[in-house]
Amino acid sequence: MLGKTAGGLYWMFRFLERSENTARLVEAGFRIALTRSSDPASEWKSVVTTAGVRSAYDAVYDHYSAAHVVDFLLRNPNNPSSVIAAIEKARTNARLVRTALTTEVWEAVNESWMALKEALKRPVKETELPTILGEIRRHSALVRGALHGTMLRTDNYDFTQIGTALERADNTARIIDVKYYTLLPSASFVGSTLDNVQWETILRSVSAHRSFRWLNNDDMTSANIAEFLILDSRFPRSLSFCSRNLEDSLSFLAKEYGQRMPCHDLIDAQRDKLRHLTIAKIFDDGLHQFITDFIRDNNAIGQQIEQDYRFIG
Amino acid sequence: MHSDRQHFDEMLLNSDGVRAPYAEYQKWFSNEDLTRLTKKSKEAEAFFRRTGITFNVYGQAAAQERLIPFDLIPRIIANREWTKLSKGIEQRVRAINAFLHDIYHRQEILRAGIIPVDLIARNDAFLPQMIGVAPPGNVYTHIVGTDIVRTGEDDFFVLEDNARTPSGVSYMLENRETMLQMFPELFSQIKVQPVSDYPKNLRRSLAACAPVHCAGKPTVAVLTPGIHNSAYFEHSFLADQMGVELVEGHDLRVVDGHIAMRTTEGYQVIDVLYRRVDDDFLDPLNFNPDSMLGVPGIMDVYRAGNITIANAPGTGIADDKAIYSYMPDIIEFYTGEKAILKNVQTWRCSEPDALAYVLENLADLVVKEVHGSGGYGMLVGPAASKREIAKFEAKLRRNPGNYIAQPTLSLSTVPIFAKKGLAPRHVDLRPFVLVSPNGMNITPGGLTRVALKAGSLVVNSSQGGGTKDTWVLED
Repeated sequence: MLGKTAGGLYWMFRFLERSENTARLVEAGFRIALTRSSDPASEWKSVVTTAGVRSAYDAVYDHYSAAHVVDFLLRNPNNPSSVIAAIEKARTNARLVRTALTTEVWEAVNESWMALKEALKRPVKETELPTILGEIRRHSALVRGALHGTMLRTDNYDFTQIGTALERADNTARIIDVKYYTLLPSASFVGSTLDNVQWETILRSVSAHRSFRWLNNDDMTSANIAEFLILDSRFPRSLSFCSRNLEDSLSFLAKEYGQRMPCHDLIDAQRDKLRHLTIAKIFDDGLHQFITDFIRDNNAIGQQIEQDYRFIG
Repeated sequence: MHSDRQHFDEMLLNSDGVRAPYAEYQKWFSNEDLTRLTKKSKEAEAFFRRTGITFNVYGQAAAQERLIPFDLIPRIIANREWTKLSKGIEQRVRAINAFLHDIYHRQEILRAGIIPVDLIARNDAFLPQMIGVAPPGNVYTHIVGTDIVRTGEDDFFVLEDNARTPSGVSYMLENRETMLQMFPELFSQIKVQPVSDYPKNLRRSLAACAPVHCAGKPTVAVLTPGIHNSAYFEHSFLADQMGVELVEGHDLRVVDGHIAMRTTEGYQVIDVLYRRVDDDFLDPLNFNPDSMLGVPGIMDVYRAGNITIANAPGTGIADDKAIYSYMPDIIEFYTGEKAILKNVQTWRCSEPDALAYVLENLADLVVKEVHGSGGYGMLVGPAASKREIAKFEAKLRRNPGNYIAQPTLSLSTVPIFAKKGLAPRHVDLRPFVLVSPNGMNITPGGLTRVALKAGSLVVNSSQGGGTKDTWVLED
């Protein structure tokens, strides 16, 4: 397989994951601003920060409102994390690696590009927002479904999984990073409305407000939420889950190619670290430091993979 | 370009009936409901969009991806007609390969005085780097797309020999797939020769041309300029259908005297490169130094016999429009036979008498650049305004050697499915020929291009042309 193709598959799935994550952030922000917040502007600001596009946003707008943020995150082609920009890049990468995709996967991503371009042609009115967010989610599911149902489990598939896992881990880590102070035990006032709203935002941003309750018997404490997001390997967006998936995909590659690469040492180190951690230990050592380190390590693994598998010459 | 003359229609006779090859189809069509067909037509377009069968139009903002309109009325060729056509094409392609070998070796045809030396020596398409190079099996043109037009029951003309990197074969294949999906019943009623073996044949044909000392199964790859190229869809389509890698220049480098591609596990040698990159951009060390699309040093690897490039560099000297006018002589020189397929009468503007005639008759002629393609840079006299003609005349006078002229042919028509039913439109035909040391393979039919505007003779997709599925009937 060409190194360029591996890179194309990896980025295609990073961008697909990103478009879905951005849509999810908008959804959470919209919901919270609508129902719970006394200060919608600061909610929207934190949505933009979580998406990692604060400075780009501030260059265009001077205040935070639902209409601006939604437009910036869904439709602005110059915002690299906007749904439209991400889906465009995913599709460009798909064209680049078309020979490595099944017809079903290619058609699913091409159709989602066509449909979302059409749906996001004009600014999205508040009344249409739920429908459009639903459409984004549905298309993302179609691509994923086609991938799981039709792709050979070869190196092609591994690189799609690697891209997805890295992007998703990065996204969850950034959500924690932006809201980490609301998860600190010292900031915890059980039952206080403020914390409940913040926690709900976090859980909605990872589409886990219901699954958390199922798993934790509705025991909403900051420690439980942090543990769920970081260490619970049953939750498919937790750092631990993503890290394990990444390890699996990388070990498939090592097996298929008959060779371990430097990236394997990096992922092993990350896995070891997560395996032996408890949430108490994370709080003792500092949640913020932990998250900062995780984001840095996650990026380093991505870069090592690009190099080890020769994405670029 | 419009013309009032009566055209030969390949389906409809002047009386009420249809020509014999269309008899069965007509039976089916007359029972069809027009509303259903209109719906089918829309479905076809949605299918093409979804599968991404698009091309990029140069010179348009934001690299627009456009569809080549597909018309659902097939172009039908009788077996007997096809037999004659394919014999003529085979003869022509044989002559072209003999000509190329000669022109890059002993140049007997120049010594015999059949072609003026200047026409070769001063031709940009002639590559001195190819002198003395003999590709495996002496195959220069692994893939040829011969453009053929028809003006009457038995009048076929070759319009162009595309011996460099002919495109359009993916449309031939996808048009058939679309027809099979939309009208399966037609194919059980009418026996049409299949085209779907093309990718398999292409791969075999390319592999058969691997360097002589290539051990084991040859590794084939397709070289594309990248996703912004107008034919990128076709490049990826062919690589995918053949099951070979689609590479770009920056995936390749010279490793130990071979061309190798960068894979996830290191560099892997390529034996046969089906390149869809022009000669000029193939090797920045040997040709255009600014090219980002090619592979530095590939010509040296090629001359050392360590890779097969398909088509060979320098084949453009055979499909050059000025050489074209000599094709009947070229065929006779190398095959000892008269050309089976006719050439269109051609005035070479490099010759003073011809130039004088062309200048006198610009309003009636089609004037083309010797190296042009895609319908760009040409004058269609009968369709041009006085101002356009005057502007073109100035260009022509400045550099007459750069142009040839041909009469406006009365191209045959085949009906398209228009809003109000059938409407005649002009067509041409591009059959695809594969050449290997084991022989030639011509896919029955080819790509029919159709001018969608009433009366227009320009079928190029870049100029608003469409395509049709092309049927060659079983005997």
